[in-house]
Amino acid sequence: MNAVLPFEGIGASVKRKEDLRFLSGRGQYVDDINRPGQAHAWILRSQYAHARINSIDTTAASKMPGVVAIYTSADMTGIGGIPCGWQIHNKDGTPMAEPKHPVLAEGKVRHVGDPIAVVIAETRSQARDAGEAIVLDVEPLPAVTGTTAALAGAAPCVHDDVAGNLCYDWHIGDKAATDAAFAKAAHHVVFETTNNRLVPNAMEPRSAVGDYDTTTGEHTLFTTSQNPHVIRLLMGAFVLQIPESKLRVVAPDVGGGFGSKIYHYAEEAIVTWAAAKLGRPVKWTADRTEAFMSDAHGRDHVSRAELALDKDGTFLGLRVHTQANMGAYLSTFAPCVPTYLYATLLAGVYSTPAIYAEVQAVFTHTVPVDAYRGAGRPEATYLLERLVDVAARQCGFDKVELRRRNFIATSAFPYQTPVALEYDSGDYVSTLNQALETADWAGFEARRAESASRGKLRGIGISTYLEACGIAPSAVVGSLGARAGLYEVGTIRVHPTGSITVLTGAHSHGQGHETTFAQLVCDKLGVPVAQVDIVHGDTGKVPFGMGTYGSRSLAVGGSAMDKAMDKIIAKGKRIAAHLMEASVEDIEFDPRGEKGGTFRVAGTDRTKALAEISLAAYVPHNFPHDELEPGLEETAFYDPKNFTYPGGCHIAEVEIERETGQVHLLNFTAVDDVGRVVNPMIVEGQVQGGVAQGVGQALLENCVYDSSGQLISASMMDYAMPRADDLAPVSVATHTTLCTHNPLGVKGCGEVGAIGSPPAVINAVVDALREFGVNHVEMPATAPKIWSIIHGSTH
Amino acid sequence: MYDFTYTKPSSVADATKLLAADPDAKFISGGQTLLPALKHRLNKPTTVVDLTGIGEMRGIRREGNTLVIGALTKHVEVETSAEVKAAIPALAQMAAHIGDTQVRNRGTLGGSVSNNDPAADYPAAVLGLGATVVTSKREIPADEFFLGMFTTALETDELLVAIKFPIPEKAGYAKMRNPASRYVMAGAFVSKGPQGIRVAINGAGPCVFRQGEMEAALAGSWSPEAVAGVKQNPEGMNGDIHGSAEYRAHLVTVMAKRAVASAG
Ligand SMILES: Cc1cc2nc3c(=O)[nH]c(=O)nc-3n(C[C@H](O)[C@H](O)[C@H](O)COP(=O)(O)OP(=O)(O)OC[C@H]3O[C@@H](n4cnc5c(N)ncnc54)[C@H](O)[C@@H]3O)c2cc1C
Repeated sequence: MNAVLPFEGIGASVKRKEDLRFLSGRGQYVDDINRPGQAHAWILRSQYAHARINSIDTTAASKMPGVVAIYTSADMTGIGGIPCGWQIHNKDGTPMAEPKHPVLAEGKVRHVGDPIAVVIAETRSQARDAGEAIVLDVEPLPAVTGTTAALAGAAPCVHDDVAGNLCYDWHIGDKAATDAAFAKAAHHVVFETTNNRLVPNAMEPRSAVGDYDTTTGEHTLFTTSQNPHVIRLLMGAFVLQIPESKLRVVAPDVGGGFGSKIYHYAEEAIVTWAAAKLGRPVKWTADRTEAFMSDAHGRDHVSRAELALDKDGTFLGLRVHTQANMGAYLSTFAPCVPTYLYATLLAGVYSTPAIYAEVQAVFTHTVPVDAYRGAGRPEATYLLERLVDVAARQCGFDKVELRRRNFIATSAFPYQTPVALEYDSGDYVSTLNQALETADWAGFEARRAESASRGKLRGIGISTYLEACGIAPSAVVGSLGARAGLYEVGTIRVHPTGSITVLTGAHSHGQGHETTFAQLVCDKLGVPVAQVDIVHGDTGKVPFGMGTYGSRSLAVGGSAMDKAMDKIIAKGKRIAAHLMEASVEDIEFDPRGEKGGTFRVAGTDRTKALAEISLAAYVPHNFPHDELEPGLEETAFYDPKNFTYPGGCHIAEVEIERETGQVHLLNFTAVDDVGRVVNPMIVEGQVQGGVAQGVGQALLENCVYDSSGQLISASMMDYAMPRADDLAPVSVATHTTLCTHNPLGVKGCGEVGAIGSPPAVINAVVDALREFGVNHVEMPATAPKIWSIIHGSTH
Repeated sequence: MYDFTYTKPSSVADATKLLAADPDAKFISGGQTLLPALKHRLNKPTTVVDLTGIGEMRGIRREGNTLVIGALTKHVEVETSAEVKAAIPALAQMAAHIGDTQVRNRGTLGGSVSNNDPAADYPAAVLGLGATVVTSKREIPADEFFLGMFTTALETDELLVAIKFPIPEKAGYAKMRNPASRYVMAGAFVSKGPQGIRVAINGAGPCVFRQGEMEAALAGSWSPEAVAGVKQNPEGMNGDIHGSAEYRAHLVTVMAKRAVASAG
């Protein structure tokens, strides 16, 4: 029966099941949801970076056509602030500064886009018309947007109760050992850089619909979220005080997140609260401009890194000082990004024995900054991989050989770094070699000469990187300040006739989970992918879950499913033993057996298909009632034992036009170790997408504030997103070492592209500019910047 | 978008009458500029007067040494017209690189030229070829048409009906695109023909302008090298997060050089 079916299990490039609905316009996104009697919300946002609100006069606005209600913070009494999910402690052990993040501004606005009031009307347009009629009396105050500037003595204060705008001053590693390493070093290399601020720009803007059932008291929030259970927890418990049993959060089809849809946002609380207050559903959908000024931004670090090397190029010590911009308020996971997702990654793929990093997080009058694809790890990778290139150049080492010399040996795993992490597996030499070969590294000088013959500057850049994902062991992150656990939940529901519904706490918003997860079930239980359906994104259906970010869905969510399937097989065996009158120990299960998923009495031809077992479980006429309950459904909570550690090698080749300074990416090679590959096509797509975002950061994207705190790059007209013709063919290959601590051996592939690629691109740009004696070009490496270098000007 | 009324007249006379009676009404052609402005609530017209029903504003025809292109001609039509490709290939090529496919399928010559966005393409061709703008009231030489940023000689109730392009001996266009908007950072349209030697620069300044020194240099010798030595004064050039005035001034020379090279 199974022999004629195409192989759809682990390792097959099964076409994405979800694409039929997405590509034919039949996805159901939050903005497609319309509830009977729905009203529309429009949010009045601050045009000032910093101002005192003297008064908000809604008299005229309230009388405008269609207006249902106008609310300010004065109306939302008894409502908590938006909570932060991670608490960092200062060097001295005291907790970080955690100023209140009100849902609607209380007395002051602190960034352009800060919500001040909400207008609810019959139509969106009427709500906006009325919003424009609200009369604000505000007193503009001086603002500070720059990371370093905010720490300067005279900088305006973002929060009156946070002196000097310092959120925390944190450190990790062994300072004394690191200082000692520098004292005996033959070479001391210093590199300073700013990691540019980015706007995530998911294709679908955020949207939220609140609904309230006056008969049951149940609240429902439909929201563009990567983690509906987390939103239920944060909003229910901390902001609106609604018990979980009365709050359902649904995140249906979501059009991209990249981190920006992890967090609990004010608008979610506003529509949920207003729907109950008004007794009618309330919808809010952001436009693109609002997205620019209210979605959490990414990156924005100012760093200084120092590397100590001995005379042969062996790394002895690494010292890092980073200032990280938090924006005006602490977004949900913001404090952990420049600490535990960043500084712990500073060992990279190298066996540097001593590392010490200090991180200061600062408040500024800007949109909150939080995790964005890669979150902390791109910042660490960029710093380290640029530093290694700078070191190679300064000290006269070959940049590939310098890396190779310092790699953690393949035999050294598990490897304990000086910055808390213990890597389980990896093979950096193989990914390096494979990438060098694919990119024809050896033939580069000939290509460079060919470009030169056409008057162009050609450069090649490499990055050998590692990241930590599959987050995360709950006990570990708890000890580091996380206010939540980071396990995942999977339920396997085998229906009476053998088809399967999987409930998962992970959330798919572009990743293809409906396919990949079905492949896991196909592989383990022998059920065709078409008969496996994945349900996610609804707290009313899925038992619990922590959602999708940090490349955790397969490593943690998939492992939970795997554990649940173990239980299904175990129970199935007992039912099979009963039906075939054999002992449980003698029952074997083979997903690729003659009946598909097949239970067999070992050494005999007596078999039962999984569907026969499930039928017996739900129609239990002949069933071991004494020892088992009917039904065939199992749930597992999986808490990972460690992070997973994907890594690899990225190589970029660029050509620069001397006359204009324009950089053209010519080709890009990625050889990644993402652990076991479930669907090679999806992995390739994930890596390509990540590389596109990494190239975007390296060459194009830049979120710019002016000195008064206005957001200059507030639309696609000024914020340069990468387009297809900015990119080049991305060659994606994988080289697998298995994760040693999760049952699937998987590591994760969602972020590697965005983590490994920016330094590869900038290293290539700097290489192309060899003859001009520069050792660095800040991201994004725009044409005018490069033109200034080539033409020796400072413009 | 604020509410407005919508009308679709079928003649130039009817359309201009509407605007004469109501100065807060607004023409719409392809809507590729006006619609985004309306959506952002940057514009609040009482009435939107849709020009696309007016037959006399359509069509591409050759009249002796002149190519006459109706204001409603879409970018894609200019791009693919055999008539344009034969007479002024640089113009067809320019049209092929305006915005993206969707924009080219709706945006019009008349809309672009009457809008006179400093970063738009067509104004450079109109000025660089020394074309004549035919309106509902008169004919305006290109040199008198583009008055400043988003400002032209058109009066409120005056319609751009067609543009008469003299067919040049040689013409070429080169531009560098803004990495974000993909509009023009700096561009140059050069031509040699009945209107003499002309160099029009777009993108770099607040309004398309003629580069006299480059015209003089090309009159001496029609070659990329001739313009390569002419430096644009950065004073008055646009400077923003995408490039300083100095950078744009530098690009003017580079683009002029490339335009001449492409013109042969
Ligand atoms: C995403 C995007 C990218 C773009 N990229 C480019 C680019 O790279 N280069 C470029 O040059 N342009 C670009 N454009 C603009 C595009 O070319 C527009 O089509 C053009 O600017 C206006 O033409 P329209 O027919 O759409 O005019 P509309 O939007 O209809 O009108 C524009 C203005 O002109 C007035 N108007 C229209 N027709 C007439 C007329 N016949 N007489 C008098 N007044 C009139 C209107 O009242 C309005 O004020 C882009 C647009 C978009 C949306």
